[in-house]
Amino acid sequence: MISEEQVRHVANLARLGLTDDEIQEMGTQLDAILDSIEKIRELDLSDVPPTANPLNLSNVLRPDEPRPELSQEEALTQAPERVDDLFAVPRID
Amino acid sequence: MPQNLLDLTAHGLATEIEVGRVSAREAAEVANVRVEEVDGEVNAFLTTTPELALERAGRVDEKNGEGRFWEGVPLVVKDVLSTRGVRTTCGSKILEDFEPLYNASALENFGEDLVMVGKSNMDEFAMGSSTENSAYGPTRNPWDLGRVPGGSSGGSAAAVAAGEGWWALGTDTGGSVRQPAALCGIVGLKPTYGRVSRYGLISFGSSLDVVGPMTRDVRDAALLLQAIAGHDRRDSTSANVETPDYLAELDGGVEGLRVGVVSELMDERIDAGVREVVGTVAEGLEGAGADVGEVSLPHAYYALEAYYIIAPAEVSSNLARFDGVRYGLRVPADGVHEMYRETRERGFGAEAKRRIMLGTYALSSGYYDAYYAQAQKVRTRIIEDFRAAFSRYDVLISPTSPSVAFELGAKTDDPLAMYLQDICAVPASLAGVPAISVPGGLSEGLPVGVQLMGDHFTEPMLLRAARAAEQVAGFGFTLKP
Repeated sequence: MISEEQVRHVANLARLGLTDDEIQEMGTQLDAILDSIEKIRELDLSDVPPTANPLNLSNVLRPDEPRPELSQEEALTQAPERVDDLFAVPRID
Repeated sequence: MPQNLLDLTAHGLATEIEVGRVSAREAAEVANVRVEEVDGEVNAFLTTTPELALERAGRVDEKNGEGRFWEGVPLVVKDVLSTRGVRTTCGSKILEDFEPLYNASALENFGEDLVMVGKSNMDEFAMGSSTENSAYGPTRNPWDLGRVPGGSSGGSAAAVAAGEGWWALGTDTGGSVRQPAALCGIVGLKPTYGRVSRYGLISFGSSLDVVGPMTRDVRDAALLLQAIAGHDRRDSTSANVETPDYLAELDGGVEGLRVGVVSELMDERIDAGVREVVGTVAEGLEGAGADVGEVSLPHAYYALEAYYIIAPAEVSSNLARFDGVRYGLRVPADGVHEMYRETRERGFGAEAKRRIMLGTYALSSGYYDAYYAQAQKVRTRIIEDFRAAFSRYDVLISPTSPSVAFELGAKTDDPLAMYLQDICAVPASLAGVPAISVPGGLSEGLPVGVQLMGDHFTEPMLLRAARAAEQVAGFGFTLKP
């Protein structure tokens, strides 16, 4: 059983606001989902390597060459709030 | 015009445009009129772009057949693919007014004058199997307007089935191209992971996401894959593998091809009517010269569970970028953390929140090894199962979805019932192998999809097998509603 405190902790990690009702409902639903996926824990896979990428790509590199990309002005066009040439955010608390 | 353009396939229309019997502009006008006629009922689109379609079609016509063969055929684009200057919402309130600054590479590959009909509806951030998780209302299945079109690319599937554009792009993380294609009676192809660039595809599960064609027939799917495939330096997970000619061996038939029916995906979890259609198509392939047998993917029983750990884990990380700072919704607040929390509370819908929570939990300290690391190991086992299967068979066959299209609202209160829609689709997603859904026939008067899977980068053979399956099924495209 996932506790209400755990649900609040996870929501905080995810920076996700949830109402008290949502916390309750989320706890019930996460329990049901976690129950249903519990069976993968029955497999003994201690010697099996994990797969992060189906093509097994790793450390894909390309030459470090400067290219024209988005201008600062373009990059700021979608900002909810800007100050001069910067993204503006509320006080960092 | 030679005939009713809406009766043509995409390649049929491309040919008419190439020889000059039809102009791209005429085709765009037909698509725009069709959207006007039926989209009030179907709701396949979040944004329509009729003027843009006409303008680009005009430019295609000015090239007098010198452009790319497919360029003038109006295309529907799922709203998760970035389109420069055209609103891209991902079906979410958090991106309600978002206008991307660049195009997805798949669209750039198609051509600069891509005649886009509009941006299609989808489950929010591609999470869902019915398109009911869209923040902008569900799409309806053109075969029965009381039923879902599947998801998450339900808008793209419904648009093609309804003739609102001749073909569409969807994206597939755990079945989101194949399942809606199956439920709407069209063809849906999930290419090999990495075959099509993910650049500009707004990420859901980065190790799973693939852009794929949704079309009237297999030839159209091959043509659209040709148009969008290729390596991309801007996507480090795109495959640096040469792009073959996907049409070259399409009509080669299945003589001697080894076809394995996946036993784990033909059990009682699948509706009897669906199994019957798959069985009939498998017999038809045997009649056409294929060697058909049974094959086992033992870890397929654990695929859905592994998927519902890995995909939410990846999404919890990917959706962290929606923080109200650089783009999208911001709910003003006094401190930055409160701003994050309120923006994300208001901006995300219930399923997005559920998956963020599930993924964050599975990745959090103390649970990582039990869930996420274990799921990654199951993924290795599933890849090994496929490898063993492909040592004996060229193509694997199964249902695409356990049922035909269900009624709107039937599963919205039960996330687990909705997740079960993906049981046949997720093994190929986890293994990164190509898979295609082809309409195989009807059950309860509604279309059933047959899924064919091949090994990595064997799309030419897979498309040839799918073409043969389409022929033995004899399921001709008919415009709905």
